[in-house]
Amino acid sequence: MSAVSQAHVEDHSHDHHHEQTFIEKYIFSTDHKMIAKQYLITGLIMGFIGIAMSLLFRMQLAWPEQSFWIFEALLGKFGTDGVMDPGAYLALVTIHGTIMVFFVLTAGLSGTFSNLLIPLQIGARDMASGFLNMLSYWLFFISSVIMLSSLFVESGPASAGWTIYPPLSALPEAISGSGMGMTLWLVSMAIFIASSLLGSLNYIVTVLNLRTEGMSMTRLPLTVWAFFVTAIIGTVSFPVLFAAALLLIMDRSFGTSFFLSDIYIQGEVLSHQGGSPVLYEHLFWFLGHPEVYIVLLPALGITSEVIATNARKPIFGYRAMIASILAIAFLSTIVWGHHMFVSGMNPFLGSVFTFTTLLIAIPSAVKAFNYITTLWKGNLQMNPGMLFSIGLVSTFITGGLTGIILGDSTLDINVHDTYFVVAHFHLVMGISALYGLFAGVYHWFPKMFGKMMNKNLGYVHFWITAVGAYGVFFPMHFIGMAGLPRRYYTNTAFPYFDDLADVNVLITLFAFLTAAGQLFFVYNFIHSIFYGKKAPQNPWRSNTLEWTAPVEHIHGNWYGDLPKVYRWAYDYSKMNKDETDYVIPGQDFIPQNVPLKDNEEELNH
Amino acid sequence: MTVFLIIIVIALLGVTFWQISKILELSKPANADDSQVADNKDNNTQGKIMLAFMVFFYLLMGYSFWNYSKFYLPEASASHGADYDKLMFVSIGIIMVVQIFTQALLHWFSYKYRGKKGQKALFYADNDKLEFIWTIIPVIVLAGLIIWGLFSWSDIMNPEENEDTLVVEIYAYQFDWRARYSGEDGTLGKANVRFIEGVNQLGVDESDPYAEDDIITNELHLPVNRPVLFKFRSQDVLHSAYFPHFRAQMNVVPGMVTEFGFTPTTTTKEIRNTDYMVDKVSTINDIRKDREDLDDDERNYEFDYYLLCNKICGVSHYNMQMKIVVEEEADFEEWLSEQQTFGELMNN
Repeated sequence: MSAVSQAHVEDHSHDHHHEQTFIEKYIFSTDHKMIAKQYLITGLIMGFIGIAMSLLFRMQLAWPEQSFWIFEALLGKFGTDGVMDPGAYLALVTIHGTIMVFFVLTAGLSGTFSNLLIPLQIGARDMASGFLNMLSYWLFFISSVIMLSSLFVESGPASAGWTIYPPLSALPEAISGSGMGMTLWLVSMAIFIASSLLGSLNYIVTVLNLRTEGMSMTRLPLTVWAFFVTAIIGTVSFPVLFAAALLLIMDRSFGTSFFLSDIYIQGEVLSHQGGSPVLYEHLFWFLGHPEVYIVLLPALGITSEVIATNARKPIFGYRAMIASILAIAFLSTIVWGHHMFVSGMNPFLGSVFTFTTLLIAIPSAVKAFNYITTLWKGNLQMNPGMLFSIGLVSTFITGGLTGIILGDSTLDINVHDTYFVVAHFHLVMGISALYGLFAGVYHWFPKMFGKMMNKNLGYVHFWITAVGAYGVFFPMHFIGMAGLPRRYYTNTAFPYFDDLADVNVLITLFAFLTAAGQLFFVYNFIHSIFYGKKAPQNPWRSNTLEWTAPVEHIHGNWYGDLPKVYRWAYDYSKMNKDETDYVIPGQDFIPQNVPLKDNEEELNH
Repeated sequence: MTVFLIIIVIALLGVTFWQISKILELSKPANADDSQVADNKDNNTQGKIMLAFMVFFYLLMGYSFWNYSKFYLPEASASHGADYDKLMFVSIGIIMVVQIFTQALLHWFSYKYRGKKGQKALFYADNDKLEFIWTIIPVIVLAGLIIWGLFSWSDIMNPEENEDTLVVEIYAYQFDWRARYSGEDGTLGKANVRFIEGVNQLGVDESDPYAEDDIITNELHLPVNRPVLFKFRSQDVLHSAYFPHFRAQMNVVPGMVTEFGFTPTTTTKEIRNTDYMVDKVSTINDIRKDREDLDDDERNYEFDYYLLCNKICGVSHYNMQMKIVVEEEADFEEWLSEQQTFGELMNN
């Protein structure tokens, strides 16, 4: 043992003679590339936990109230005799939602790739503030730890649904998870929001101020556009959630009545009067809906880049894509009410929100069509990242279309809070954003770790996931149409739902298949970090600036001067003026730092 | 036990895939390109799998529609429901047309333009006309849906109230429902949680003269073809009153009174005899007849309308339901007259 560690030290000693210690390099690092990896790995661990939770409650849904040793092993007193407790079911659903939405798809996706790609793709040495960036990660880490620690609280973790509507979330008398568990949830989220804001401000400032020479806004890769706009939405809407959380903490602990009024519980009338739970719903969804786009836009940005690179074609309609991102960002802040059509708010508001909600379908449709056109007459390189990007377009369309039903206040009446909604948002933001995350990991793994991931394992991973995800969520629409409510511990209290039981079993089996498929990714990811093949500098023959940086990570990203930019990021397969060959003979891509050639036509970028 | 087997089968399946991929890797000649970037062969294989996946996806959609469409709720039992269902079917029709068309393009292009050695991609960056077309088509289609939806919405949410309208309070608490009828005077007595005491579970104000003849029940009986206006009140947390068969839903919010109105059009007796319900109930009873945990009564399920809670409200959220009976006016009046009034309840 000592011999091994001795060898280890010696091995490392010679690269340690410059200023960075282990702690500075790997733990409290201010380097954006290291912070991106920290975000990714934390996000993936949280994702593993979140998905594992979904398997537990899917088992309960498929085989209600049956005994499984695993419940007893993992849930302890909430799984006595192997039967899941109804409170534990609600807790699992709640924490699954919270973890997946905030910790995996917000921090894991946006945190990883904004950090990695913004400086590298705009040609900057690092983020505007490395210190704030480090702080942002460590706040995220603390909030993750607090969220996970709430699982071990005696009265159980938060279990009022991830939307934590009061009064249920405010009153421990109403559900035991609203005691200590909910306090930890709120504290964790407050820290999370602080982390997210620090990150977002940093991204915005970096994109605005640190672009290298020649990198005008209209030459930015769409990834950077997406991260930039995402950060703006986050800065606008997260503080509102912070306010909601803070007011809820006040109501819970200090006797205020922002959200509570006229409540009689466990034989007692509470003193709260004059508050309104509907106010909370407004505040929550003012973040909650933009949150969907905070999750989705980075995924779409990644997809744009990966599809263009692998199709060996410019992204179709670059300016239309930017316009759609901006339109989606703007509209996303004025559609929150579509979560509240039947909340008791004024029906006239319902009409307004229906209108704005269906408007948002237009830029979304433009994006989908542009992706499809980008594939048309391409020379598609089927790398795993590309497969996940195509998969994303597919699930984005399938999930987006059912949004037309849910966004229509009339139709929402009868499918609101049923499994139809669950199917819709899992496809359009859950699966789509996860595909974006995977596409990004497969595509930029060489940049992050200097190694290649195994492509065959990547293919197996993609196809199992693609089959499994549709197998889970397509049939789910139909049980929603049957009027089956979500967040039911079991459906056996209604004989009317008996004939849906088989579909629930099928869904659970597909869920297990999909989850098993993720093990290929886990293995591939870890194995490739240590034993992967060494990556060349530009494995995908891509145009963006990160591939002009050296493979090994250096402080400041580039040796010598920063690269200069002369063109947009999408000069793939561009022909010379005589249409005889590519602009650079024999090479179908022109990196952004290559000056304009005499034999090419200049575009407006 | 079956679960164990299933998990094991899935795990083995995973291992098999893994091993296959390993064998594939090993079986390659030693000098094969191991750059881990897709080569010509990968492009070809993956492009073809894309096409196969499209077939799988279309089969899955077809299978789901073929087998699961029957789960869609029976014809609506409220007067606004026909319009609702029509809008729903038209919307589903439109989105399925778009779905089939766009998914076909996406997967077909992925197959058709899979990378080949020597194939040149077309440098095609922009086309204003195309962009315009696929902006304007969604605009027109969505405008149509929006306008239709908005008219239905305003009809549903602003039902005409007249002398004939039956006003019923639906009262929610963890984890049950109560209904309160206004009685002969047609006006509900005032109520607040602060009046809750003893048998006065709904907190009705005893000093309000309108309260005297109010009738509180555990079942919701509704006369057919008479407009009903529901006023919802909650005692503790948020609930949602969901009447799936009537295409109606409204959240029940502590501290405020929310409303929803509809006119039931099909009695319980009538709907039990529809083909849809006869089929459905016989399927369900087939499933239930072998269940050992049920007694004979439970094995013979008979359909009744129900009201269920559709907003997470606590541990027994899944079982917060109330039976609804829709009947002829005369039967309704008879049932109502047999119920105890609030005054009688308090004087007992």
